[in-house]
Amino acid sequence: MIRPGSEAELAEILRDASAPFAVQGGGTRGHRPEGEVLSTSALTGIVLHDPAALTLVVRAGTPVEEVEETLRGANQRLAFEPMDHRGLLGSSGTPTIGGVVAANVSGPRRVQVGAARDHLLGLRFVDGAGHVVKNGGRVMKNVTGYDLARLVAGSRGALGVITEVALKVLPGTETAASLVARGLDDAAAVRAMSAALGTPYEVTGAAHAPQAEGGSRTVLRIEGFAPSVAYRTKALAEALKPHGDWAIEDDREAVRAEWRAIRDAAPFHGTEGDVWRVSVRPSQAADLVARAGAEQAFYDWGGGLVWLRCAAGTDLRAALGHYDGHATLLRATPDTHARLGTLQPQPHAIAALTRGLREQFDPRGILAA
Amino acid sequence: MQMPSPDARVMAKKAQVVARLTAALGERGVIHDPAETRAYECDALTAYRCPPLSVVLPATTEEVSAALRICHEENVPVVPRGSGTSLAGGALPTADSVILGVSRMNRVLETDTADRIIRVQTGRTNLSVTGAVEELGFFYAPDPSSQLACAIAGNIAMNSGGAHCLKYGVTTNNLLGVTLVQMDGTVVELGGAHMDAGGLDLLGVVCGSEGQLGVVTEATLRILPKPEGALPVMLGYDSAEAAGACVADIIKAGVLPVAIEYMDRPCIRACEAFAHAGYPDCEALLIVEVEGSAEEIEHQLATILEIAKSHDPVEIRSAQDGDEAARIWLGRKSAFGAMGQINDYMCLDGTIPVSALPEVLRRIGELSDDYGLGVANVFHAGDGNMHPLILFDANKEGDLEKCEAMGADILKLCVEVGGCLTGEHGVGVEKRDLMSVQFEPVDLEAQMRVKDVFDPKWLLNPAKVFPLAASEGRRA
Repeated sequence: MIRPGSEAELAEILRDASAPFAVQGGGTRGHRPEGEVLSTSALTGIVLHDPAALTLVVRAGTPVEEVEETLRGANQRLAFEPMDHRGLLGSSGTPTIGGVVAANVSGPRRVQVGAARDHLLGLRFVDGAGHVVKNGGRVMKNVTGYDLARLVAGSRGALGVITEVALKVLPGTETAASLVARGLDDAAAVRAMSAALGTPYEVTGAAHAPQAEGGSRTVLRIEGFAPSVAYRTKALAEALKPHGDWAIEDDREAVRAEWRAIRDAAPFHGTEGDVWRVSVRPSQAADLVARAGAEQAFYDWGGGLVWLRCAAGTDLRAALGHYDGHATLLRATPDTHARLGTLQPQPHAIAALTRGLREQFDPRGILAA
Repeated sequence: MQMPSPDARVMAKKAQVVARLTAALGERGVIHDPAETRAYECDALTAYRCPPLSVVLPATTEEVSAALRICHEENVPVVPRGSGTSLAGGALPTADSVILGVSRMNRVLETDTADRIIRVQTGRTNLSVTGAVEELGFFYAPDPSSQLACAIAGNIAMNSGGAHCLKYGVTTNNLLGVTLVQMDGTVVELGGAHMDAGGLDLLGVVCGSEGQLGVVTEATLRILPKPEGALPVMLGYDSAEAAGACVADIIKAGVLPVAIEYMDRPCIRACEAFAHAGYPDCEALLIVEVEGSAEEIEHQLATILEIAKSHDPVEIRSAQDGDEAARIWLGRKSAFGAMGQINDYMCLDGTIPVSALPEVLRRIGELSDDYGLGVANVFHAGDGNMHPLILFDANKEGDLEKCEAMGADILKLCVEVGGCLTGEHGVGVEKRDLMSVQFEPVDLEAQMRVKDVFDPKWLLNPAKVFPLAASEGRRA
């Protein structure tokens, strides 16, 4: 493993490289391409935290935990609540903020506040030729030049190695509550979640577990100042009466624990088989799950994200056929990753653009991804 | 401001290009009479004008594809155009270019409140997107001040913002998918009614690329449920420092207002004279707006007022109802019109870290003294997006040049304190030659490499965004 201690050293390594690297942050996401590991874990430290401007600039290898700790000190947070993959993948290591941005890791609140890349104000990265590039900045509104930051976010290291990110952070929430309905079938649950997300009550999480203990469990989250949470929880329960009976869970710690579990795909922890993550138009989600033939499913993002667990080696994409969205293979053996592809294959014209961008930013194919 | 000289080879084959475009789009879709193409000689940056070779107004994605394919084959530059409201010259033609306007493509294709999306053709205006879903209780969040006229196509090209970005983000945060026609006519679908890209986020880099990567003909936009209510409060201060500290403390307290607007004394006076909103004559005026139910609004405003009072305001005015709220907003909303009544002005668009506000205002004041030109400041304080208006006299020889030089100095100042050249208007031609202030050559090179992939011949809006010297070897 190579662990450059500075951006300049990283640039030199990439410039001089002759064989592909497997770029890695904390190494918690299990599957990685072949090649010598090139780790960003020594590029650490918070460069700037400006609470009044809601901005944080941090080096890529900084542990997410350290970032969150710093933000908590100013009653702020990463609003997109990145998942911790360790429980699902049985991996070790420490999640890094660079890894979160590189994979656009976004939790349940994505449905209301956006994805990781929606909170990215700018970044620095080293491309496959060893060029150190900066893009964006550290201000909230910035249309100066192309948004390469957004392109690099979620590129899984294919265009360059991220060395520093500037993030928009948000105020912490005073409290949180959930509304819970039991026994809804999948289609009814998605309809209820859509209805909830269509109210003005600012639902910040909408998940549905069909196989929860004691029957299906549909959960909606509301966060904010205590009086506001109390008001909106009640108003939402009233508005959702046509969609079932809703119980209010207002034990703050219990609510937080449940949403952490949803964030980390806890229903699949300690299970066997492949895990897929499907981004889908919510109104198509229940049908999609019905034809998936999966052993276990659960829904997040109001139905916009479906987690599926299938027998090892199953070609889920073949079973799903056509729909608005895409399926990512998250947990499988290296053979299955190689055979089925981690990411959804793209139509010809888009694949050509992707290939063209990779050739521009990594002409020698040093960045295996 | 320089533009490349027109390509004589293209100028010489105008008749042939027009004939091919007309064969593909019909008479109705092609304008080539110089008396008519003149209407397209500029956008809202009216200081620069140049009639194009021809204008095409396709009615469908297929026609856009056909027109682009022809221009690609003939090596004719294409300048995409929405409603022509760009303040940065994003739709400024060159004499050898074809303007491709999407104004005839303005239909709503699909509305789905369960999936919270609307799909539109991109010639549709920003405000009419909200208009299409308002009765269903929804709205489209980005609200640039030109929203009555500006098209979604231009919003996507410039990644437009508005007054409510602190809470709702800008165009890129509310855009789920597009139909993109590449310069060679290839049509691709990026994103859709689902969330996030399966591979590289091509949609993310197309948004804000100023029409240089392709022409967006359809867009899937995120719509949001309308809040139950909203109310502003107006706060007057005797110094920029006090107002700046108040903004910082509000944000640090964990309240997230939907908008925080700032006006300085010259702007307050002009607005007051124009709109009679009853604003106090003070150094800095803040309008802070919060959303929610009546109780939620009351709770948030109580927190805000407590903070506001700790900074010695000269005036606080709350609104009890819609009429009073409208009166608070009246002056702010007429700010640009009010300034236009008393002066010619140039509107800048730099963004700064909110914490640098007092320093930047002080130094803008010094620049104003140095250049002998007045400045009025009005901006979105919550997100640091400043709009200094430099006042000048267009009839006075040398005043425009002086104004441009002072504008460049202000933008350099924005970059120096950690900000950027443009927060929402875009680079266009206006700030093209200042890009080297913010970016190193290697940074610009990385951006241009993206254009190399999408538009290898550099025919789409070629003389914008990048300093001419930087893009010279790439442009035809």
